[in-house]
Amino acid sequence: MSDPAPDAIRRDVPPAPPERTPVSPQPVVPKASERPSADRAAAVQAPARAVRLERLNAWYGDQHSVKDLSLTFAPNQATALIGPSGSGKSTVVRCINRMHEEIPGARSEGRVLLDDLDVYDQKIDVVAVRRAIGMVFQKPNPFPTMSIYGNVAAGLRLTARKASHEQVEGALRGAGLWDEVKDRLQRPGIGLSGGQQQRLCIARALAVDPDVILMDEPASALDPISTLKIEELVEELKRRVTIVIVTHNMQQAARIADATAFLLDGELVEFGATEKIFTNPDDSRTEEYVTGKFG
Amino acid sequence: MSALALPPTSARRRRADRVARGLVALLTLVALVPLVLIVYYLLKQGLSSIGLDFWTTDPTGSFLGSPGGIKSAILGTIVMVGLATAVAVPVGVGVAIWLVELGRASRFAHAVRYFIDVMTGVPSIVFGLFVYITLVLAGVGGSSFAAWKGSVALGLLMLPIVTRSAEVVLLLVPDTLREAAYALGAPRWRVIARVVLPTALPGIVTGVLLAIARAAGETAPLLFTAAVVNDTTFNVNNRMNSLPALIFQNVGQAQDRLVQMAWGAALTLVAMVLVLTLLARMIQRRSRLS
Amino acid sequence: MEAGTITPAGGRSSESLQRSPAARLPDRLLRWGLTALAGGVIALIGYFFVKLIVESEPIFQKVGFLDFLFTSDWVPSKGLYGAVPLLAGTLITSAIALVLGVPVAVAAALYITELCPRRIRSPLTVLVELLAAVPSVVYGLWGFFFLIPKLGPAERWFADTFSFVPFVGGSVTGPNYFVAGLILAIMILPITSAISREVIATVPSEHKEAALALGATRWEMIRMAVIPYARGGIAGGAMLGLGRAIGETIAVTLVIGNAPTVGHSLFQQGYTLAAVIANEFGEAASDPTHRAALIAAGLVLFVLTLVVNAIARAFVLRAERGQRAARTPAAGMAA
Repeated sequence: MSDPAPDAIRRDVPPAPPERTPVSPQPVVPKASERPSADRAAAVQAPARAVRLERLNAWYGDQHSVKDLSLTFAPNQATALIGPSGSGKSTVVRCINRMHEEIPGARSEGRVLLDDLDVYDQKIDVVAVRRAIGMVFQKPNPFPTMSIYGNVAAGLRLTARKASHEQVEGALRGAGLWDEVKDRLQRPGIGLSGGQQQRLCIARALAVDPDVILMDEPASALDPISTLKIEELVEELKRRVTIVIVTHNMQQAARIADATAFLLDGELVEFGATEKIFTNPDDSRTEEYVTGKFG
Repeated sequence: MSALALPPTSARRRRADRVARGLVALLTLVALVPLVLIVYYLLKQGLSSIGLDFWTTDPTGSFLGSPGGIKSAILGTIVMVGLATAVAVPVGVGVAIWLVELGRASRFAHAVRYFIDVMTGVPSIVFGLFVYITLVLAGVGGSSFAAWKGSVALGLLMLPIVTRSAEVVLLLVPDTLREAAYALGAPRWRVIARVVLPTALPGIVTGVLLAIARAAGETAPLLFTAAVVNDTTFNVNNRMNSLPALIFQNVGQAQDRLVQMAWGAALTLVAMVLVLTLLARMIQRRSRLS
Repeated sequence: MEAGTITPAGGRSSESLQRSPAARLPDRLLRWGLTALAGGVIALIGYFFVKLIVESEPIFQKVGFLDFLFTSDWVPSKGLYGAVPLLAGTLITSAIALVLGVPVAVAAALYITELCPRRIRSPLTVLVELLAAVPSVVYGLWGFFFLIPKLGPAERWFADTFSFVPFVGGSVTGPNYFVAGLILAIMILPITSAISREVIATVPSEHKEAALALGATRWEMIRMAVIPYARGGIAGGAMLGLGRAIGETIAVTLVIGNAPTVGHSLFQQGYTLAAVIANEFGEAASDPTHRAALIAAGLVLFVLTLVVNAIARAFVLRAERGQRAARTPAAGMAA
């Protein structure tokens, strides 16, 4: 283990609270914003939208998996959803961009507000909702029959005949992938490594200029180095979009999220600034989870 | 915070979506129209001929007067298809067993599988031609046209169907079942006969029924192997009548009553085939393996 | 296999671990019997192929292989055996069958797998499959008595309205290429639809979700994620349908008119390789040359279907392999 780095970095490792079991020691990981990044997006902060859930309920058939959840995801921030498997984290996220209703037998109730707009409003086209709220899935899923360029342009081509080269390049830069693929844009998307594929999917989501990006355990299928790169990206992307990230990796949440929500059995147990959740949670269940007593 | 309005989805896209989906649904409906029309027509034209008399009288072969019934055709179909089944099923299942239990992935097995695949694509008339050249022309068995030769042609047609479906089902039998039996010291033939086959039986029966349904409806292979004859006969070394052949024979006839007979025969044939097909599907659905 | 260890006390001797030759007999019989069976299948096909060639020898000696294939006069009474009208008819009717049948089959497959309400999925599938249960002679019967008369006026109108289009204008006969092609299209629906359905159903949902999450409409999702993925398999299904159409005999011979010429338009009579065999068989019984010519037609038919089916299989195999490759998760190596 390296020497303790300057304070700014050490602050990220949750110090063991007194009289409580310390969090299992992790390698010291520098905060994302301090790491050098080759593909920095423009430093301009574009105002993103807030997402507010009001009394969200979701069912798979008879199974009630999200119970009366109310939560706000602040704009230009990354909010993490943590909790044991089956706690409904993914379901919540899929309700935000209305992917939940694609599952046969699934339904939901409650409001999901993008700023003041309820995305479940009758007058709104679900297609428009999904364009404004992008999603990155757990397993990288670039379209297998399309090239790298084609994948990024896929969303753009839905609304315009041609995707401009600038838009594609911009999205790839925003995902930190441009330098690695700029010479082989016509190669198939599935020819990339796992981590690159996931960044390609992020670029694909970015290309349509969403206000929010939902990430459902985006790095859980990747190796540590790719995970690191994705986490760096989240730090960058916050400037442009609001990010909601589901993760079962608490250290990851601690590293990149500004706020964290802890879910248990479909209910919101606690929500607050990341640091508080991990060092001084109010609810005993939160404390038990973040200290590794279960889940 | 400014009021948010999501950019509306363009009317063009929404229209394209609706039109495309409507078109697909329409074409699907188009796919069903022929079936409805055929069933309707069969019933409309054939129902009047149907009756016990119709099924129990032989065709008279005369152009004037009563054309008779279709008894020889029904019996002929049953006899010839039955004979074909009696040969095609053991051979077909035998080859399938060989492929799954003994040949496995060997190169020889690949070749056999390839040839079976080839056989599924051979037109039925070519099978009739094969049998004609090798059995009829040569006068094998002391006759030219003979019912058993028609059965051979039908059997050739059924063989790949039986083998293919049997192979699929046999592959579905879990290896753990086989291993358990072998571990108990059972010889291979016992494992196959007592463990594998019983488990796969419903699926094999399904395949056999579908093959029978197919063979019962075939005309081309019979045209120059079993030919046509009017009287009921059980002598397989002679020509024999069959439902498809009878229908084919009477299609172009000027006599309305003969055409009527053809429709009645067609309705009978389709009913037989439908019963077999639905039976097969029912067994398949109930099977533990699927 | 023999554990030949002999332990002094209480161990088994090697002899008792081996089965007696008599006990092993059934297994050996089984192995040899079944292997012979399997080999017999290969031998049988090979034998038939050779026999076909041998029996069609006479016509090739008389007329020559190329001449047989490329002359356009088929007049057995004059001893002329040019197969061009047969080949042309086979190609024309099959082409019509593909053009009319494949879009409908793929549409039905798409509808059943992606668009229709779950409840009617199963009955709809059964209905499409039921088309395969109708014997070809019944298709011919129905085509002869129903389609031909009913389509006549429409065909005449079409030929008149679009007479400027090559191969459309001109006289309209009752039985013709179009009706034959239409019936063939109906007959290939079940097989092409079944294969397309299988391929479309195996499109991984992750690709469909990716498209939907980007803000695609249902149809755009099908265009982006389903059709490109299923393309190869659908082509394979179409080719299998083609193979079926090429070899179909009875239904075609009842509605195509059996005229040994190449018709000038869609709505004229024609002939196919399969139809000529069924039709002229009776007359050829006494004429060895005629008979050999029919057998030669059968040989050409056989080879054609072999080739088409081989291509179809290649397509389906490639589609399966591509699917398996796309589904393998990419190793999360250094990104």
